[in-house]
Amino acid sequence: MAQSTDLDLVSVVKRFGAHAAVNDVSFSVAPGEFFSILGPSGCGKTTLMRMIAGFENPTSGDIRIRDKSMIGVPANKRPVNMVFQSLALFPMMSVGENVAYGLTCRGVSRAEAEERANRMLERVGLKGFGERHVTALSGGQRQRVAIARCLVLEPTLVLLDEPLGALDLKLREHMKIELKQLQATFNTTFAYITHDQSEALVMSDRIAVMNQGGFEQVGSPRELYHHPATPFVASFVGETNRWQGDVAAASNGAISVRLPSGAVIQGRDHGQSQVVGKTALAFVRPEAIALAQETSALSGLPNRFEGRVSAVLFDGANSSLLIDTVGFDEPVRAVLPQAGQLAGIQVGEAIHMGWSADAVKVFSA
Amino acid sequence: MSAKPDTRLTLFLLLAPAVLWLGLLIVLPHVEILILSFSERVAPRVYVFGFGNYLEFFTEPLYWRTFARTAIMSILVTVLTLVLAFPIALYIARVAQGRLRAMLLLLCLLPFWVSELVRTLGWMMLLRETGVISYVLQATGLTGQRIEFLYNDGAVILGLVYGGLLFMIVPLANALESLEPAVVEAGFDLGGSRWTVLRRIVVPHAMPGIVAGSIIVFMLTVGNFATPVLLGGKNGLWFTEQIYAQFITRFNWPQGAAFGMLLLLLSSAIVWAGLRLTGQSLGTTLKQA
Repeated sequence: MAQSTDLDLVSVVKRFGAHAAVNDVSFSVAPGEFFSILGPSGCGKTTLMRMIAGFENPTSGDIRIRDKSMIGVPANKRPVNMVFQSLALFPMMSVGENVAYGLTCRGVSRAEAEERANRMLERVGLKGFGERHVTALSGGQRQRVAIARCLVLEPTLVLLDEPLGALDLKLREHMKIELKQLQATFNTTFAYITHDQSEALVMSDRIAVMNQGGFEQVGSPRELYHHPATPFVASFVGETNRWQGDVAAASNGAISVRLPSGAVIQGRDHGQSQVVGKTALAFVRPEAIALAQETSALSGLPNRFEGRVSAVLFDGANSSLLIDTVGFDEPVRAVLPQAGQLAGIQVGEAIHMGWSADAVKVFSA
Repeated sequence: MSAKPDTRLTLFLLLAPAVLWLGLLIVLPHVEILILSFSERVAPRVYVFGFGNYLEFFTEPLYWRTFARTAIMSILVTVLTLVLAFPIALYIARVAQGRLRAMLLLLCLLPFWVSELVRTLGWMMLLRETGVISYVLQATGLTGQRIEFLYNDGAVILGLVYGGLLFMIVPLANALESLEPAVVEAGFDLGGSRWTVLRRIVVPHAMPGIVAGSIIVFMLTVGNFATPVLLGGKNGLWFTEQIYAQFITRFNWPQGAAFGMLLLLLSSAIVWAGLRLTGQSLGTTLKQA
């Protein structure tokens, strides 16, 4: 019988008093999948993860691992291991003892546990570190020990609770790739929680975006980025321009939104039918906005505006401009290609911009 | 070192009270006692240098037996105090929150608002033949006649453990408080049972606190006088009683001084052995206490 899923959550609810930290969440994770739960702090993702690990009990609903209900199974009896936010390495043990700890708990003999721990350390690139003290390791090495300590037990599922949060930026970028590679090598199912959308987008096969205790959308990073299902997903995942206005016209999928200033944006509705006169939110990604010095260069685009550069946010390949535009309350953010003619643009210069109707995502507010 | 004269003067003035205190009240009397312990009385008011006082200790069985008894009982009291204090400290440090924690610590402190003598007399009221416990047992028909709970080793140990609890709980709770909750959770998450987590994570983490508390309780117990005398009576046989007897009852100060030095050596040796056995250094332990 083929295993279809490693983890299933069925209508899981967790209440603390009257407050529902996790509200009716259901999802499944396939074997070998890298599944992320992305959400702002306080959205309930940590509670959700602690329920899967066995540190909290759901108020209602079921948590199943390989079709076995985990309700009432204590944390130390679950085939799930967790990499903690603080890593929680055992400071009173050496690196080797940290990795061997779980094995000795299972009754593996000391000698065998030590040997398996050493082999695991070798696989994560820490050969010969067994005798070291955990405080003598760098941030990235500690990270690898924390993961090795879980993987040595060959768990069905590894839970990772924002383990990259404490690292500096350069190391974090490096660890993102390393984690993804480790997951691919071991082919273990990873459930990763984070508030950092870049971590989730880079590493995950699928992402669940969580907000106020519930899932907003579950999908691949591309789906979430290009086809957000809710305004929250549209604004939380990736950079975006967000405008509020009224629906001015809607027919055959084409929709136009009138901003309070009177400016009209042409967009396309994405499965949601909009009623004329209702409040709507329009989102446009900064990289979807084309920039030009002449308005003629943008003639093919239905949305064309003119503005003045109010700030140049230089960040290498991620550089962007903030453009004060007539009709918009806030400056419009647009990606500034560093290879193009506009790379040298200065604050105060006039600029034309335009974007297609497809680039505009409209949601009812 | 080229400190300015005025900063040196400030440093000197700041250190002066401590130096005077240590010098006059601790170092000087000990030197005096050390010298005194080596003087033998050969005739009335005639003293010569010699090891006679120390030889006397080894030749008279009562002395070294009392000495050994004090050491063994003190170790027993320390171990019992540790076993009793550990769950209390664990609860205070890891379960109790905010006001409850403060209340519990205050509750531990409360008995120390009255003097040791009064506390010990309180135990006597409970334990003596005509005391509360004996009376209650008789009144409920559990026993036909009055029972004397005082004047035995049990009573002495009870009193000493009671007096030592606070000094064990505070360093233990301090040590346990600094244990990160995630580390304990990781211990369970990786498959550890409660016992494994306690043995391999909680106790090793609390080790500096355990050693610090044990040293304090052991020192207090070895040097205690009122509790063994009052609760043990004639059966108390605590080494401090021997010192008291030499100084006060027999006016044999050189002998008392020798006993005092031996007690100092004994407690130092046991503390040193304890540190070696647990692999702790005095430095980290003092930080915890």
